[in-house]
Amino acid sequence: MDFVGETLSWRHVEGALEVELHRAPLNEIGTTTLDELEVLAGYVRDGASGARAMILWSSRPGFCAGADLRELHAGFVERRSEQVGRLQGVVGSGPTGRVLARGLQRAARPVIRREIRSFIRRIHAVMDTLDTAPMTTIAATHGVVFGGGFELALTADLIVAEKSARFCFPELRLGIVPGFGGIPRLERDLGNALVRDLLLTGRSLNARRAHAAGLVSQVVPKGEGLAAARRIAAQAGKFDAHTTARAKSFLKPLPSSRLEEEQRLFCDLVLRPEVFEALEAFVTNDSAQPYLP
Amino acid sequence: MAVDRLKQLAVARFGAAAEALKPDDDLFDVLGIDSLQALDLLTDLEEAFDVEIPDYEIQGVTTLGGLAAVIERHR
Repeated sequence: MDFVGETLSWRHVEGALEVELHRAPLNEIGTTTLDELEVLAGYVRDGASGARAMILWSSRPGFCAGADLRELHAGFVERRSEQVGRLQGVVGSGPTGRVLARGLQRAARPVIRREIRSFIRRIHAVMDTLDTAPMTTIAATHGVVFGGGFELALTADLIVAEKSARFCFPELRLGIVPGFGGIPRLERDLGNALVRDLLLTGRSLNARRAHAAGLVSQVVPKGEGLAAARRIAAQAGKFDAHTTARAKSFLKPLPSSRLEEEQRLFCDLVLRPEVFEALEAFVTNDSAQPYLP
Repeated sequence: MAVDRLKQLAVARFGAAAEALKPDDDLFDVLGIDSLQALDLLTDLEEAFDVEIPDYEIQGVTTLGGLAAVIERHR
C-alpha cells in the first residue's frame, strides 16, 4: 500500500519501501511530520506489505534540517500568551495585572513540559520502530543532515551519502542536547572522541570524513544517492528475511537505557529560559550563516 | 595560491558573478549566497584542499582572503 502525505510519502519499488521526505524547505520535523512518521511506523510494525528493505530519501535540497524550531518557538509563545490572557481576564490589563501576568508566565511551563514530553515520547517510539524494522534500512542522504535529520538517518542500518552531505548536531548551540535518540545511536556507531567532538563543538562532518569514521557506508556523486540505495536494497533483499531480521537485531541492538536517559536529559534542559532565548534568536536570525555553530 | 584556487571553486559553484571577486570582498554580499550554499562551499574547499575545517573556524569569515588563511592553518 502506498501513501501520500503532506510531509512524506512512500511507495513500493521492486520489493523495497521507498520513503520520500518532501516537506519544504528542508524536511523540518514538526507535529505534522511526526503524525505521518507514526503512520509509517505503524505500517512498518504491520509488516510493510512484505517489503524486504526500506529507503529513506529526500526530494528537497537537503536530507533533513532537524526539528522544526520555528514550530517549537511558536508553541512556547502561544502557551505563554494563553496563560497571560487567562490571568488578565481575571485581574484586568492594568499595571497590577501586567506584573502578575509576567510572574505567572511560569504557569505555562507545566503545559509546555507535558506537550514536549509527549512529542519526545512519540518521536522516540517512531525512531525505535524504524531502527528495529525487521528489514534492511538505508538512508540516502545529501546536503544538510542536521539535528533531528541526523537522528533519523542514524536509525538506518546503512547511510549512503552524496558528496554534498554534511552531518551535524548543533543542539548545544540552543542550550539543549539531541532529543530524538541521536546520542545513543551515534555512540553505537562511532568512537567516543568523535561523538564528543561533534556534540560539544557542534561542528559538521562532510561525507568523506563521515565515511572514514565509519558512519557512512558509501559516498556517491551528487544525485546518485537514491540509485545507490536501491542497489543496496536489491542486494539485501535477496537474502532470507528471517535471517536478515535476526542478524540485524544481533548487529544493531537498541540502546534502550541510554535512549531513556537522553529523553530525561532533553526534557530537563529544554524549558530553561536560555533555550527560549536561543530559539528567539534563531527565529529572528537573518544571517547567511544561521546553521553554523 | 589558495586565494586563486578558492576563486576557481567559487566560479565553479556560483558562476560568472564570482569572477570579479577580490580577496577582501564579502562573499555573502557579492554573491548573495545563503547558509546552505556556504556549507556547499565548505565541502568544496575541504575536498579541493584535502583538509578538514571545523565550521566554527570559518564562522564570521566572509572573504576569500580569510578563507585562504584558515585553509593554510590546516595544510
